[in-house]
Amino acid sequence: MNQANKKILIVDDSELNRSLLSDMLCDTFDILEAENGMQAIEILHEHELEISLMLLDIVMPEMDGFEVLGMMNEKGWIKTIPVIMISAETGGAYIDRAYDLGAIDYISRPFDERTVKHRVTSNYLLTVKQKEMAELLSDQMYQKEKDNSLMIEILSHIVEFRNGESGLHVLHVHVITELLLRRLAEKSKAYALTEQEIHMIGNASALHDIGKISVPAEVLNKPGRLTPEEFEIMKRHTVEGAKMLQNIPFRRNDALVRVAHDICRYHHERYDGGGYPDGLKGDDIPIAAQVVAIADVYDALTSERVYKPPFSHEAALRMIANGECGAFNPVLLECLQDISQKLESELHVASFGHATDDSIRNTVQRMLKTGGTDASARSVRLLEQERMKFKFLSDLSRDIVFEYNAVPEMIKLSEQSTDSLGLPEKIVEPSADRLWTKLFGKENFADFVGKLRATSPENAVATGKYLLQINRDKVWCKVTAKALWSEGETPVFEGAIGKIVDIDAEATAVAFWAQKAEEDERTGLLNHTAAKTRISALLQNAGDKQYALAVFDLDNFKQANDSYGHLFGDEVLEEVARRIKCNIRSTDLAARMGGDEFILFMEYKKSVTPQLKRIFDRLCEPFKEFAVSISMGVACTENFGGSYEELFRRADAAMYEVKRNKKNGFAFYADGTCASSRS
Amino acid sequence: MTVKECYQAMGGDYEDAIGRLRTDERVMRFLGKVADDGSFSLLQSALAAHNIQEAFRAAHTLKGICMNLSLTRLAASAHAITEALRGRETYGDDLAPLMAAVSADHEQTVRAIRACAAAQN
Repeated sequence: MNQANKKILIVDDSELNRSLLSDMLCDTFDILEAENGMQAIEILHEHELEISLMLLDIVMPEMDGFEVLGMMNEKGWIKTIPVIMISAETGGAYIDRAYDLGAIDYISRPFDERTVKHRVTSNYLLTVKQKEMAELLSDQMYQKEKDNSLMIEILSHIVEFRNGESGLHVLHVHVITELLLRRLAEKSKAYALTEQEIHMIGNASALHDIGKISVPAEVLNKPGRLTPEEFEIMKRHTVEGAKMLQNIPFRRNDALVRVAHDICRYHHERYDGGGYPDGLKGDDIPIAAQVVAIADVYDALTSERVYKPPFSHEAALRMIANGECGAFNPVLLECLQDISQKLESELHVASFGHATDDSIRNTVQRMLKTGGTDASARSVRLLEQERMKFKFLSDLSRDIVFEYNAVPEMIKLSEQSTDSLGLPEKIVEPSADRLWTKLFGKENFADFVGKLRATSPENAVATGKYLLQINRDKVWCKVTAKALWSEGETPVFEGAIGKIVDIDAEATAVAFWAQKAEEDERTGLLNHTAAKTRISALLQNAGDKQYALAVFDLDNFKQANDSYGHLFGDEVLEEVARRIKCNIRSTDLAARMGGDEFILFMEYKKSVTPQLKRIFDRLCEPFKEFAVSISMGVACTENFGGSYEELFRRADAAMYEVKRNKKNGFAFYADGTCASSRS
Repeated sequence: MTVKECYQAMGGDYEDAIGRLRTDERVMRFLGKVADDGSFSLLQSALAAHNIQEAFRAAHTLKGICMNLSLTRLAASAHAITEALRGRETYGDDLAPLMAAVSADHEQTVRAIRACAAAQN
């Protein structure tokens, strides 16, 4: 069992239900969770191939369980991912509907641990079993097919070995036979052959000369011309081969055996009736034998024999066409001309081992192909979707998105980029292209390609900053690209995908949003999170610098709100913030914690009291009809060395001390490290 | 307070819960989640806003949770309001007493769970 596949998706809108199920199952499975149908679909999109089972609630917001099942049917997921429904709904109609939509089981609430574990595990195992069986079947088919061709090959090689031939002859005849038959099937309806029949004839062709086993070695391997008597003996290999196949004690009626019989007996017949052993004429000669005959002759001509040198491909074709090597079916002669080019290249590749292995794989795949969507078609579809997503995103983006191909050198731009730049979508030989080098600069581009080539498959990203000519402006741009390396032991640089980003525009936007994120909306001071981050950083690198943290709030703020209204309250807050901004130094930090609470953080040399007192007094000036009064607590970092949280806690404690007393004042945290002072 | 006593206090079926969920420790852990679960307050606010569909889903979820933990009493009042809300389009006066029952049972349940959790810590 593959560990990686033991993932279960739990879809339920209640967090408690999900974690209860997860708790029961997490020993055995990896758990993914979704809190509504929409999320479930998103997870399925992304992890389709990893999920081995799904637990699905019915009543959920966004998209309910039935809709999820519907979607799974539409996408074909329901065929590979078993779904168990879970719900408090026990109505028969609900259950029926779920089963109709492809759910395989139903667990009702309340969950019983044993039931849940048992149902999930057994359904999971069932699915795994099914997959294993399918794999087993394909393995067995593969093995059987392999055994078949292995036996045929052994047999035919024994014959060739005795002939003193290389052994390639059988292989070549096989390849040529299949090529010819395929062309014939395309060309002529009279010989309607299925792919399976073609494959079988190809296999059987290997046996065409087994009768030669009965020919004495001195005749078979005689270097010179045969005497008429010897030739008669030689000619008998056709009949002998046929007899051997007719008399085999098993599977005599097997299609393969019957076709092999025909090939053995008739592969020396001539279309004009002048061949042996039976002098058959025209299409009385089985088509399998006709094809093998022509393949046999072609390969004999182009191979070296004890009595002759090899002829070239062209010469062999010419000799066959001119009838110098026998009389053949004119349709087959046409086929031979048609496949002439393919013939030369395929025979080049046809050697022992991998070719046959390939053909076996092909066969198995062909045999396994069924009506539904098969795995490879799905992969293609998934890939196509990825491409569409990529295209859509790159079209949306304002950046210039490009693909670079190393050989032949080529740049491909996204549609959006071509429009905005006025460049063509494809630029061949970009380093020499006038428009491209105008944009990128010849040296810049060479430099960047150099960087890409210097990457490795593990570390494939390269970046560079260049001054580019974007339309009419010179703009500083950052170019980022991921190099694409071929797989294998010695990876080859194949190209890259990347984008060009205008740094100026980006930098401005980043700064704007960074500031926005740190700001308190009402007052324009820092917000608490930002202050905390900054202060923590300062504390960490404090060295022998001394800092003070002051926390304060407005004493009668609630009253101001109550008596003058919220708008006035807001005005007070804004005024306080304004006073803070006017009175602190640029190195000090000021933040609003929320409500009417503020903090200040400042460096000091000897004593912080004077600068705090000054700020405090400014803050306490009356605003309109409201008498501003504040309580402020201060904590210092002298001999401190703790975290921001602790510092804050101390300042906060000091503030409450002020509040508890008379309000409207400031006090230091009393641990003796700061000179205690009270206004 | 033991988990069993907690079930007595909130009108739940301890034997059923332990039969299905196997250990006190797990039961207690998930009881803690019941106390924090948002479906009750969602039911409350959805009902106040007369958002019947949302209220139905929340009631349904609450009922499912209670069934899982054998909180029989709260499950019963949640069941009653779930059925009253099922397939319905408009608010009606019959819902208020049903909601009141759920609220009372919910409060009692949460109080018992909190007390039990405090006793165990």
